Amino acid sequence: MNTDKRSTVMRYLLLTWVALLFVFPVVFMVVSSLKPDMQLLQDSASFRAFLPVGDISLDNYSNAWDRVPIGRFVINSVVVTAITVILSLFLCSMAAFSFVFLEFRGKAVLLSVILATLIVPFETIAIPLLMVVNNLPWIGFDGFQMGWLDSYQVQIIPWVADGLTIFLFIQYFKDLPRELVEAARVDGASWFQVFYKIIVPLAGPCFATAAILKFLVMYNQYLWPLMTTQSEDYRPVMVGLQYFFQLDIAWGEIMAYLSIITVPVLAFYLSMQRAFIASIASTGVKG
Amino acid sequence: MTDGKPKSQNKVGWLMALPASSLIILFLIVPFLLAFWFSFTNQRLVSPNPTEFVGWSNFSDLMGVGSLTIDPKRDAEGKPVYKANGDIQYPRMRTFTRNNPDYEHLQGMREWFSIPLSNDRKWVVLAKDALFMKALTNTLLFVAIVAPIQAGLALLLALLINQKLPGINLFRTIYFMPVVISIVVVSILWRFIYDGENGLLNAILGFLSFGLFEPVDWLGNPSTALGSIMAMSIWQGVGFHMIIWLSGLQTIPGSLYEAAALEGAKRWQVFRYVTWPGLRNTAVLIMVVITMQAFALFAQVDVMTRGGPVDSTQSLVFQSVQRGYEKQDIAGGSAIAVVLFLMVLSISLIQRYMSRDRS
Repeated sequence: MNTDKRSTVMRYLLLTWVALLFVFPVVFMVVSSLKPDMQLLQDSASFRAFLPVGDISLDNYSNAWDRVPIGRFVINSVVVTAITVILSLFLCSMAAFSFVFLEFRGKAVLLSVILATLIVPFETIAIPLLMVVNNLPWIGFDGFQMGWLDSYQVQIIPWVADGLTIFLFIQYFKDLPRELVEAARVDGASWFQVFYKIIVPLAGPCFATAAILKFLVMYNQYLWPLMTTQSEDYRPVMVGLQYFFQLDIAWGEIMAYLSIITVPVLAFYLSMQRAFIASIASTGVKG
Repeated sequence: MTDGKPKSQNKVGWLMALPASSLIILFLIVPFLLAFWFSFTNQRLVSPNPTEFVGWSNFSDLMGVGSLTIDPKRDAEGKPVYKANGDIQYPRMRTFTRNNPDYEHLQGMREWFSIPLSNDRKWVVLAKDALFMKALTNTLLFVAIVAPIQAGLALLLALLINQKLPGINLFRTIYFMPVVISIVVVSILWRFIYDGENGLLNAILGFLSFGLFEPVDWLGNPSTALGSIMAMSIWQGVGFHMIIWLSGLQTIPGSLYEAAALEGAKRWQVFRYVTWPGLRNTAVLIMVVITMQAFALFAQVDVMTRGGPVDSTQSLVFQSVQRGYEKQDIAGGSAIAVVLFLMVLSISLIQRYMSRDRS
């Protein structure tokens, strides 16, 4: 039918317009990273801003690379993100296992305290947390020291455990058949064996969800590393951006840097978009 | 080895729960309690003097307000005196707020805002901490505007995406994309879009109005800066809540829609009587999540405007970080954090009340 066809076309037109609204800054970013500053500024007042035309080169990338230790920042972000995600999955799933399958004294109180932290925004505890980490001891390769400032551990350890991750695992474990656990216990497995031989292999989707949520939080960290890291040795990519906003602002280099730190994440997202979207949807079951 | 009894699980239970729990206690609950404690002291990051308990004074310094009706300076005939630039000349605020025994309650306050009254008089509201008041009102305004608009647009997008069309997943993927990009990156990109001289937004508006549109320095103008940050924040966050609406939509049984179609319900009626009632709990959840996120407004301000121009984009978290970190005034920063937390807490109590009422 003609009207049906027309309404389908209209729907796609609307969907496409909205899609353009969401992609245009990203296209602008990548295209601009290829242009010299003069042309970038001229083009941005017209639709040429979205087209890779004119004097196109990778100069901005090599200049940005010379200006700041991009490689170092990327490594720092990857180290901090990877270690936090791994530790978080392990410790939070183990705690959730204990909350779901074991009975121990004080469990109810402990669990309700942990879940209560869900309504504490990080921003409200950032400053006292700074005091806490500033007064903690650390024994590293270079001996004993007081205070964690300017290190990897200050970016990792406070972020490993959180109420939301534990909550997600609890919700998932609750739906697993308890008979599996009981059968394994009868066979003489220890509780820890039940956890990593029976429960962990069954919880793949939940691990993916928790990993993606943690990944997004950690890779995009800004306020906390801004407060706790001073040297390039430990600063992550988002804090590294500050180096571009000193005396002369080179927009082309900024766009190149933004592309370097954003495009890999976008590629990762596009290749696993179902898992990303499922993980966000699963946070919606809380409350 | 028959530890079916609860007693024998005490040890292993604690052993497995303790690592994560102790991290949460040390890095979340201890700082949280410290924030409350610091807000009643004069704690600084580094100080030669020992920390003292100061009671409510940090809060009264933040919240103290007073008001005053002032008369313009008048000439012999009772007409107001005008300044060289044509404005009416009023007595200087400091004559009231500095060592004036008649206005002791206004001591040390600064003008926050004023409302004109009849006969050229004006009503001036003063605050002990006008900057905090600005941050508070901006944050409340941000929450009050961003939360409903973002939730509403997210619902529209979810309805758009919930259609059965080939390739619809592609659009869903694109709409969600800004969510995975760091808010810092997004803020820098939008600085470019909002730029007064070479900005994309001015160019697009100029094009659409055939050159009639006068370019605006969106972030440099006190009357547009906060609105610009709001629009960008909605753009970045709307995809997140679209997904939550969508998962709510998909829990509504298809049979209800079939029944509505059989009864000949119109589109709007289907939404009003089938879709919306099925989304009630999702709606409460989304409002709470958006509100909590909006209260935490920080990175956009830090990257785009640093609170300016003329404090038009100050926010509570930005002020809390400014004081607690950059000025090393831990007590002052913590007091703001406590105010922020109490607001978030009241929102989530309202949520609990609302969802309990319905179940």
